[in-house]
Amino acid sequence: MAELLEIRWHGRGGQGAKTAAILLGEAVSISGKYIQAFPEYGPERMGAPVLAFNRISDEPIRLHCQVANPAMVVVLDATLIGKTDVTAGVPEDGLYIINTNLSPGEMRDQLGLADGKVYTLDATQISMETMGRNIPNTPMMGALIKATGLLTIDEFVANAKGRLEAKFRPDIVEKNIQAIERAYQEVQGEE
Amino acid sequence: MSRRVAITGNEAIAEAMRQINPDVVAAYPITPATEIVQMFANSVSDGKVDTEFVTVESEHSAMSAAIGASAAGARAMTATSSQGLALMWEMLYIAAGLKLPIVAPIVNRALSAPINIHCDHSDTMGARDSGWIQIYSEDAQEAYDNLIQAIRIAEHPDVLLPAMVTMDGFIVSHGMSNAEFLDDDVVRGFIKEYEPKHYLLDVENPITVGALDFSDWYFEHRRQVADAHTRVKDVVLQVAEEFKGISGREYKLFDGYKLDDAEYAIVIVNSAAGTAKTVVDELRAKGLKAGLLKIRLFRPFPQEEIVEALSGKKAIAVLDRADTLSLMGGPLYIDLRAAMYDSPGPRVKMVNYIYGLGGRDINMEQIAGVYNDLVEIVKTGEIKRSVTYLGVRE
Repeated sequence: MAELLEIRWHGRGGQGAKTAAILLGEAVSISGKYIQAFPEYGPERMGAPVLAFNRISDEPIRLHCQVANPAMVVVLDATLIGKTDVTAGVPEDGLYIINTNLSPGEMRDQLGLADGKVYTLDATQISMETMGRNIPNTPMMGALIKATGLLTIDEFVANAKGRLEAKFRPDIVEKNIQAIERAYQEVQGEE
Repeated sequence: MSRRVAITGNEAIAEAMRQINPDVVAAYPITPATEIVQMFANSVSDGKVDTEFVTVESEHSAMSAAIGASAAGARAMTATSSQGLALMWEMLYIAAGLKLPIVAPIVNRALSAPINIHCDHSDTMGARDSGWIQIYSEDAQEAYDNLIQAIRIAEHPDVLLPAMVTMDGFIVSHGMSNAEFLDDDVVRGFIKEYEPKHYLLDVENPITVGALDFSDWYFEHRRQVADAHTRVKDVVLQVAEEFKGISGREYKLFDGYKLDDAEYAIVIVNSAAGTAKTVVDELRAKGLKAGLLKIRLFRPFPQEEIVEALSGKKAIAVLDRADTLSLMGGPLYIDLRAAMYDSPGPRVKMVNYIYGLGGRDINMEQIAGVYNDLVEIVKTGEIKRSVTYLGVRE
C-alpha cells in the first residue's frame, strides 16, 4: 500500500456514497490506521451524481484539500459512466471497482483504460438479494477490502459490525454483513 | 485512558461540551454548526449532562441568554456560525464589556451575500475587535482540545473574558478524521467547578450589572477590558502546560512548523495550515528552506512572540481566508504588517494572499506557488502585488 491511499466514491444521491466512505473510514480506523472521510458538499438531491472521499494512511493525515488524484475509484452506479468522468485525475496504475454485471474486461473497454486494475461486482443484485433494497454501498466495501487487502475480511467485518450495530437493528446489521461477505467472494478481477 | 476515535469536528465539539457539562447552553441552529447543538441537545434529553438548555428564537437571543446566565453566575456556552455570529454582534461586545467568561465554539462559514454555507473566516474575523478571546483550530483534535482549554482561560481570575474557539466549516466540522478524547473525569478535573467571584445570584453581596456608564467611568471600564487582554497570553501558556500534562499534546500561542531556520514563511490559520505543512515537507525535500507559522491565539494578538519568530526571514506570505475590503489585504495580513513594523533589522518582505472564500478549495500546488512567489520576490527584490486573490476566476 502506498503511503497515503486516496479513494473517490462515485454514486447518486441516496445510494450511500458518503455513508460508505464514513463506514470504511471508521472500520479501518479501528485497526489503528489514520483516516479521513468526507463528501463533496453540494446540493444533495436524490439521484444526482455525488462524490465522497477517503484518505487512509499509517501516519496522521494533515491534508485538508480535496482529493484530486485518487489511486482508487469506486463506482456505485454504472449509469454514471459516460456522464461523469470517473477516470478524471486517476493515475495510469489506478484501481477501479465498479458496480456492474459486466466483466472487468468489458468495463475496461468501456472506460478506455490501457493500464491499471479493474474489478467488477454486481452489487445491486447482491443488495437486492440480501437486503431487499438497492443499497450498493455496503457490498462495494466488501469488494474494496478484497481488491486492496487493506484489512483481512474478518477484521473488517468485525469492525464494521460494531459500527453498524450503533446505527441499525440487529437483523439489518446481519443482512449488511452478509452482503459484505458475499461481495468479498464474488468480486471479479482480471487475473 | 484516552479514547482514539474517528469523528467529525462537530462530534468532537459536542463531545467536549458534554464533558464540560456547562450550567447553561442557549443556542439556535445554523449550518454548519447545527449538529453541535443537536448532539448536545441529545445529551441533555438523555440526562448525560445537568445543563439547562435554552432554546431561543435567534442567535441574538442565544447570546443574550448566555450573558444573563453568565452574569447570574453560571458557566454558560453557545455555538454558532456565520450569520448567526453576525446576529450576535451587539451582544458579543456586551459579553466582553461585562467581562463574562462565556465560551463558544464557532464553525467558520462565509457571510452572505451571495448566500453560501461553506468555509471562510469572515464571521470570526468580523468579531475580532469585539473583546472576545479568539483561538483558531486546524482540525477536530485541536478544536476539542482548544474548547476544553478555553473554559480555563476564560474563567481564569486574571482574565474573565469571553472566548470563541473556531474550526473550519464542513472541511473540519463535517469531515471525519481521527482524534483522541480524554476521559470525562480527566476533563472535569481539569476544568474544575466554576466559582465566580461576583455574580447576580449572590444575594449576600448584591451587585449591579450593565449599569449606565457615561463619560465619568465608561472609559475606565473599557480600559479594564484591554487590561484583561494583556494577561491572556500568560494564562493561555499556563493552561496549555497543564493540558499537556493530561493529554500529552502540546499547545502554544502559535505553531511554528519548520520555522526556526526557514527563509520563506507562510502565516495562516485553521485547516489549510495542515495542507501547507505537507507542502513545506515537499519543498524541504527539494532543499528550499520553507516554514510555516500557524496562529492559534489571534485575539489578543501575541505580537512580541510572533515578531521574534518571523524576524530575519527573507520573505513572508500571509494567507487570509477573509477580506477586510480596506484594499490593504486580509485581517491577518494587516495585523502582521503592523506587528512587524517593530521587528529589528531590515524590513522583511511581506505579501498577502486571500484564498478560499465561500469554501473554494486550496490545494498543495497553489500553496507551493505561493512559496515560489516568495523566492521570486527575494531574487528580484520586487513585490509586484501586495495582495493577491488566490484561486479566483478574474
